[in-house]
Amino acid sequence: MSKTNFPPSIKTRPVYAELEPRPGTAHVIIADGEGAEAVAHLLAKVPDRALMLARTHILYTPGPNGTDQWAAVLAFGAAQAYCAPTIPAMLPRMAKVVAEAHMGTQFYLAGTEGLIGQAEREIMMTGLPFAAIQKEHRGSTVRRVQCVHCKGITENVATDPFKCSHCGLNLFVRDHYSRRIAAFQGVNIDAEDPGLVPAAVEKFK
Amino acid sequence: MSLDFKPARGDFFKDETFRDDFTFKNSPAAIRRFPFPFDRDEYMYSVNMEPHVSTRPGSVFEHTFDVDEHYVAEMIDRAKVLAEDPLRCQSLPHMTLAGWDLLELIMESNAREYPQWFSLTKNGNQWHWINRPLGIDQKFTFLDESTLPYGPMEYITRQTQGDFSLQDERDGSLWMDAGMITTQADWSLDFDVGMNFMEWHAPVPLAHEKMVFDRALKFLLKLQQGSPVRRFNWTMTVNPLLDTAPETYPKWGPTKTSLTQENLGHKQHLRVELQALFRLPRSNAIAFSIRAYLGKFEELVTVPKWGRRLHRVIRDIHPDIAAYKGFWRNQPAMVEWLAKYDDGAPTSPGVWPDA
Ligand code: HEM
Repeated sequence: MSKTNFPPSIKTRPVYAELEPRPGTAHVIIADGEGAEAVAHLLAKVPDRALMLARTHILYTPGPNGTDQWAAVLAFGAAQAYCAPTIPAMLPRMAKVVAEAHMGTQFYLAGTEGLIGQAEREIMMTGLPFAAIQKEHRGSTVRRVQCVHCKGITENVATDPFKCSHCGLNLFVRDHYSRRIAAFQGVNIDAEDPGLVPAAVEKFK
Repeated sequence: MSLDFKPARGDFFKDETFRDDFTFKNSPAAIRRFPFPFDRDEYMYSVNMEPHVSTRPGSVFEHTFDVDEHYVAEMIDRAKVLAEDPLRCQSLPHMTLAGWDLLELIMESNAREYPQWFSLTKNGNQWHWINRPLGIDQKFTFLDESTLPYGPMEYITRQTQGDFSLQDERDGSLWMDAGMITTQADWSLDFDVGMNFMEWHAPVPLAHEKMVFDRALKFLLKLQQGSPVRRFNWTMTVNPLLDTAPETYPKWGPTKTSLTQENLGHKQHLRVELQALFRLPRSNAIAFSIRAYLGKFEELVTVPKWGRRLHRVIRDIHPDIAAYKGFWRNQPAMVEWLAKYDDGAPTSPGVWPDA
């Protein structure tokens, strides 16, 4: 499967590209679901694979669609590899790994937008340079959406509109993305005509 | 709700509301000085910026920060919004110095330009600020946060009409890292805080393609201290509701369906934002002031030129702009109502009423 091609509709959508090996004193790979395939692709391109793997820490979790390639990730043979059951469960360890990273560390984020966004936010908070972060989208295109009304975040949104999992309002997904929140913006679709909610269409898979 | 100031309105500042019973209206003098934003009979996005210099005594361009008859009522409305939702005012930790810069700019400008209402005396860093319309008398130490009841940006913008955002400059862009946003045209500070210039402008249609934002950003990065610039933006609001926030859209959205030809002149408001940009001295940040003026359609058409022009602009507006500004559903009703005030006569260039 090749990297996801998004329609060019939105200006704030994060830009994704294929992961490329870069020289670094350490490598942190954070991936979910089909992101494992992007990592395999990356490692296949590395000139000195053993050297890179000896300095690599991989954090992995199955994707929101259930794709679990942990066995393949483990088989890469990185110095450290860890599998979390979900993204929230991964966050405390990710925070520590990122906080302890030093200049010269390369970050490779691969998988869904939710995973990439939350990892990027963690790295941004440390003040490490953006230039050290690469992102490749793979797998599910479900979105993380923040309800602009109640502020609750609904994970893995597949349809537009959808029901906020916190306050229950019917929201449409606005093409507006916050890296700080790592989420798109959800806005009440029937505010002007309460009850008039168009049928939900599966837009993100 | 209790206020932490004691308004002294005198006979200039009005006792009026921007919520519930909506008693806001403009005096005849306020209508004459309304910042009508259209200098021709059509509208399209452009890089519309000019030096923010004092022109036309009595107009909204006379002062650095315009203080008008709605001042006290707007500050009471802001205090209510903040009590209901404190997330409308945010400042990321590195923005405190920019907040002091803003406090200094506003206090110095207002004390100089409105000595009857504001006074600032300084003895080194020991400052004494008096705001007579709000009944505030405050001694504090400049650059010492512990001597004010709020952070410096929040302190001064609770006493200043209009929204404010503070932009840090780094990596070749501007980052909206602080703001006091309670009179916004449907955008969320809580969502946008921390974004850069291109990111927060992402939802705007047409303008990206016209390179408006690339050129505006390039211009702003060169902004010099002491040479502020200004521009207009505008939208439409049903009822004189200053706080059209996305957060509360389910509450005010339904009012858009309440217009009839009978009530439209009274309920429908042209909402004009006079925006100014200032380079700040210590932080090198850029302060952005967004001052919203509300004008009822029935008030604006008392100036014949404005009635004619508003009709033509709204009739011919690009549908993507009408949709983005949220008046697409009411556009036909507005045009029908305004048509009565357009006899087809030519209009003079520029925004000012004909003498
Ligand atoms: C640094 C100062 C500025 C800030 C903080 C700012 C902020 C914003 C925000 C938050 C929006 C609403 C976006 C949304 O829908 O979510 C907006 C809209 C817009 N901005 Fe800016 N802006 C700034 C400067 C400028 C400048 C210099 C221009 C010059 C061309 C400009 C042109 C526009 C336009 C055309 C819109 C669409 C407005 C409408 O149709 O109602 N902005 N801006």
